[in-house]
Amino acid sequence: MMNSFKKIFEKDTWDEIFESISKNRTRTIITTIGVFWGIFIYIALAGSATGLENGFDEAFSGLSKNSMGVWVQSTSVPYKGFEEGRRFPFRLSDVDYLKDRVPEIEYISPGLQAGAFSGSPPLVVRGTKSDNFNLFGNFPTQAKISVIKIYDGGRFINDEDIKYERKVAVIGEGTQERLFNQGEDPIGKYIIINDVNFKVVGVEKFAEGFGGFGSDSDITIPYTTFAKMYNRGDKFGWMFISGYDYVNPKYLEETVVDNLKVLKTVAPEDDRAFGTFNIGSLFESIVKFSSGMIFLSLVVGIATIFAGVIGIGNIMLIAVKERTNELGIRRALGAKPLEVKIQIVLEAVFLTIIAGIIGIIVGALLLFVINIGTANLEDFPFTNPTVPLAIVFGAFITMITLGTLIGLIPAERAVSIKPIEALREE
Amino acid sequence: MIVINKLHKSYNMGSSSLHVLKGIDFNVEDGELVAIMGSSGSGKSTLLNILGMLDNADDGTYDLDKIRIENLDEKTAAEYRNKFLGFVFQSFNLITYKNALENVALPLYYQGIPRKERQKTALSFLEKVGLRDWATHLPSELSGGQKQRVAIARALASNPKVLLADEPTGALDSATSIEVMALIQKINNEGKTILVVTHEHDIAKMCKRIVHLRDGVIVEDKKIKQNILKNV
Repeated sequence: MMNSFKKIFEKDTWDEIFESISKNRTRTIITTIGVFWGIFIYIALAGSATGLENGFDEAFSGLSKNSMGVWVQSTSVPYKGFEEGRRFPFRLSDVDYLKDRVPEIEYISPGLQAGAFSGSPPLVVRGTKSDNFNLFGNFPTQAKISVIKIYDGGRFINDEDIKYERKVAVIGEGTQERLFNQGEDPIGKYIIINDVNFKVVGVEKFAEGFGGFGSDSDITIPYTTFAKMYNRGDKFGWMFISGYDYVNPKYLEETVVDNLKVLKTVAPEDDRAFGTFNIGSLFESIVKFSSGMIFLSLVVGIATIFAGVIGIGNIMLIAVKERTNELGIRRALGAKPLEVKIQIVLEAVFLTIIAGIIGIIVGALLLFVINIGTANLEDFPFTNPTVPLAIVFGAFITMITLGTLIGLIPAERAVSIKPIEALREE
Repeated sequence: MIVINKLHKSYNMGSSSLHVLKGIDFNVEDGELVAIMGSSGSGKSTLLNILGMLDNADDGTYDLDKIRIENLDEKTAAEYRNKFLGFVFQSFNLITYKNALENVALPLYYQGIPRKERQKTALSFLEKVGLRDWATHLPSELSGGQKQRVAIARALASNPKVLLADEPTGALDSATSIEVMALIQKINNEGKTILVVTHEHDIAKMCKRIVHLRDGVIVEDKKIKQNILKNV
């Protein structure tokens, strides 16, 4: 028994297997295609799922993952003497109120805007070029909630700007393109917004913004400057809020809205008074989607590998039938049943492994090509499609195990025929 | 070399049973060349299969070189076949994807002999049957006579005690048959014990002794004057 098992590691055994495999080329190729296809699909799918996940990660990398936005709509339920359909603004004092009441809040950034979802975008002029751009008034805290990337040499709005109501502006990449000549450094140059001169202090790298109303062609000026220019006083329409890392985004959203309802005398059951969106929930559903994809690819992949291995077993069965005579000769010449079995099983396992390796290589090549092909597509969230080594390893172990198990069937068949009957077979 | 006592063998054919060997007593001395004759159904192939340990007898004893052959499991049978017996078949039974040398070396592979030694031995046996120059040819590139000579070389390769040939000339024309029989005579003259199953009288006369089987019993067993062939 031990002697026969030792054969697995002997060069002679493998020479015999290589010979049998390489001299029956058609059979070998047909046999391996199933497993090759399985592992190829598996790698391609799992890699793509990871690529999508990474792509989403990258697309949302500009955002704090448990942040939210809230804005005023109009009430839909009459409450405490107020009629429905009432509109009211936020006031700057509400910010402190919320911070006091909801300790989970890390930052609040109230915002003003002209253009985008309400108001009309102002005309902006620079030299002979002019266009309308959405204008935002923000606090520096905005940069803490959504990661704002400023190109080298520039900066975002700072506390001094707010304090002195400075006429400085941070412009988007698109804004720069439309107002400045190519190669011209906009930092320190002046643009005219609503007949007022603003000094450009930074160019913002575009990242997918909150709620999707940000674009690459925005202009951001200090909140206080904006409020004065548009005569807004302490009123504003929306704010961004981010919680500490440990805060559940859903909880944050509910708590903020509940507190605002009390503050603004809105019916507790009124779901329309405030509009909200929640990056956390959005992010959560994307993570769920990605992990769903990965799970799906795992299931599909394993099922395909399984089908492939069964295919190998199937063809090995036919091959054993075809080789009945050969196996009969071998046994007449002194091959022990276990040796015949080991040979058949090793052939199956070897074919499975070879097919698997080719599948992994071709799958990886495909992912590589897709990655290069999509590298320049900004809108397509697909980055760095990799398959964790553990998963590749797992697939490998699965393949070897299944290959062995499935190889046992034809092996058993091969020795179940008496050598004398096998020899009669032509 | 071979001692057989009251050998019985039946095959179950559904409800009825077919009694193929009905008490065979049969001895073969060292160095004999015996032809086993009989029409089809006489039991000669069954006898050869039992001698070749490809089949088990129901009753009786079989000793090969003083070793009692009984109740063999498939593993021991394989071991004994490899060590004690060389087979030559009517249809050659060469492995189609192995060349002549590899075919001859196969029994040595199952003895666990290292490759280099295997090939050396195999080549010497190919030389013995006059096919040294054909060592790297596949069976499909050989004539019928050449294939049978490769098969004989393979049967000899493991240096067996007995050579069992089942209709070795059955698939060959008469000229080639004589060629093969001449080779068998040559090997026999070197001391090897050989049993040839045949239904052709010409072939049987080239042996030293003829055993006639009919309906599962030996009806005639006589030494003859061997028709000695010139070796080509």
